[in-house]
Amino acid sequence: MDLGINVFEMVIYLVGFIAFAAANAAYLVWVERKGAAHIQRRTGPKEVGPYGLLQPLADGAKLMSKQFIIPAGVDRPLFILAPILTMVPAIMIFVTIPFSETILARDFNIGLLMILAFASVNVLALLMGGWASRNKYAVISAARVVSQNIAYEIPMLIIVITIVLISGSMNLTEIVAGQAGGILHWNLLPTNGNFLGPITFIIFFICSLAETNRAPFDLGEAESELIAGFHTEYSSMGFGLFFMGEYANIVIAAALTTILFLGGWYSPLPESIPYAGASSVVWFLVKMYLLIWLVVLIRWTYPRVTLWSLLNLSWKILIPFSLFNLLASAGLVKLLG
Amino acid sequence: MAGYFTNILGGAKSLVVGLSITQRQFFKKPITLQYPWESLEMTPRYRGHIQLIKNAESGTHQCISCGMCEKSCPSDCITIKGEKQEGVKGKVLVKYELDFTKCSLCGQCIANCKPGAIEFSREYNLASTRKEDFHYDLLKRLKEQK
Ligand code: SF4
Ligand code: SF4
Repeated sequence: MDLGINVFEMVIYLVGFIAFAAANAAYLVWVERKGAAHIQRRTGPKEVGPYGLLQPLADGAKLMSKQFIIPAGVDRPLFILAPILTMVPAIMIFVTIPFSETILARDFNIGLLMILAFASVNVLALLMGGWASRNKYAVISAARVVSQNIAYEIPMLIIVITIVLISGSMNLTEIVAGQAGGILHWNLLPTNGNFLGPITFIIFFICSLAETNRAPFDLGEAESELIAGFHTEYSSMGFGLFFMGEYANIVIAAALTTILFLGGWYSPLPESIPYAGASSVVWFLVKMYLLIWLVVLIRWTYPRVTLWSLLNLSWKILIPFSLFNLLASAGLVKLLG
Repeated sequence: MAGYFTNILGGAKSLVVGLSITQRQFFKKPITLQYPWESLEMTPRYRGHIQLIKNAESGTHQCISCGMCEKSCPSDCITIKGEKQEGVKGKVLVKYELDFTKCSLCGQCIANCKPGAIEFSREYNLASTRKEDFHYDLLKRLKEQK
């Protein structure tokens, strides 16, 4: 192994991923604000640049120029570490996401496992931030986030096991490769041989919303009761990093859903059709951003659930369904395979 | 147990309906007004500070300097001054000052004006950090009006 080239590649990928995450965070905020505005028949940002397109840059400049206030009595090291810890795992996860056959930093055998492992670090960061803030709202929010994430990690993992059972691999590239040949072969659709595909997809999607703390499961930052939840005491780029981490996680969740259910970089059309049938990173991004739009749309459609019904949904509906789903899929795989 | 499944199905259906509603709203035109760039005409019965009515024919006001408005104002907002001038019948209005900081927009001045020389304006874009800015010279204002 030539170490020189590897270090060079590493730096390129690292810079690329950070830039990708930052650009996504910035412009997803714009999409979110514009989307919310138009859903509510407003116009949203429109003064800074055409269609308000420069608004994210202005926001970024504002955030960076502000003072990072560390309130008296906080747990200093944890307080500073928490926002960083939300961002680092997110960047790490990008390493193993295959955007296309060739755009992939590292092809791990256990890529899926790695993503889930790093994704759960995010909860720890939110807990640390909430705990270190020495603020009642932040602590309550942190406790909520943890209970929510534990509750939703279970059905999510069961669903992931189902997918691994079907595709027989934890390698993301192989999972996508198993869905080659047009839309009918995607894990999403029952035509793939597994008639439970849609249910699997819906449960996974709900869990990914809850895991990324997105509305209607954004109990951690329920503004109406908890001010801003775990990032109440954060200012400047501390807040900025939490924000970027949140959007990076949304991108990751959408990318993962694309890989597991929507055939990754494969075109929905059969390969015989020129251009549109060819598989490429474009298809990956189209699917991913459509999912992200769905996430945004959901946020501006549904009211926030209560903690009670949030946990009920997981323990009483999602977990039994995913367990049943796992058993049935295992049976199907055994029968057909 | 039957309630469990109908609950889930009914809930799922309502969620889809909700999404389709917001998605449809998204494509409609915004209905908000971009205020500093656009604004609405104030409603006719809005009460802004009083102003002298401009007569379209004579091009000036119809005040006869009788002082009824000044006397009837409960807050003492109005100060007027009329003068006798050569060759003109009656008095000529030379000063009409309104201290809008004290005005309660009660309308007494308008009700007591015999010739109907004053009215409420529809001015609502008023903001200043100095109270002198709300002492209006209504005669000057009338002249500046197109
Ligand atoms: S509206 Fe009432 S308070 Fe205002 S100037 Fe006329 S009489 Fe005075
Ligand atoms: S009551 Fe009417 S006519 Fe008399 S001074 Fe006032 S504005 Fe002029």
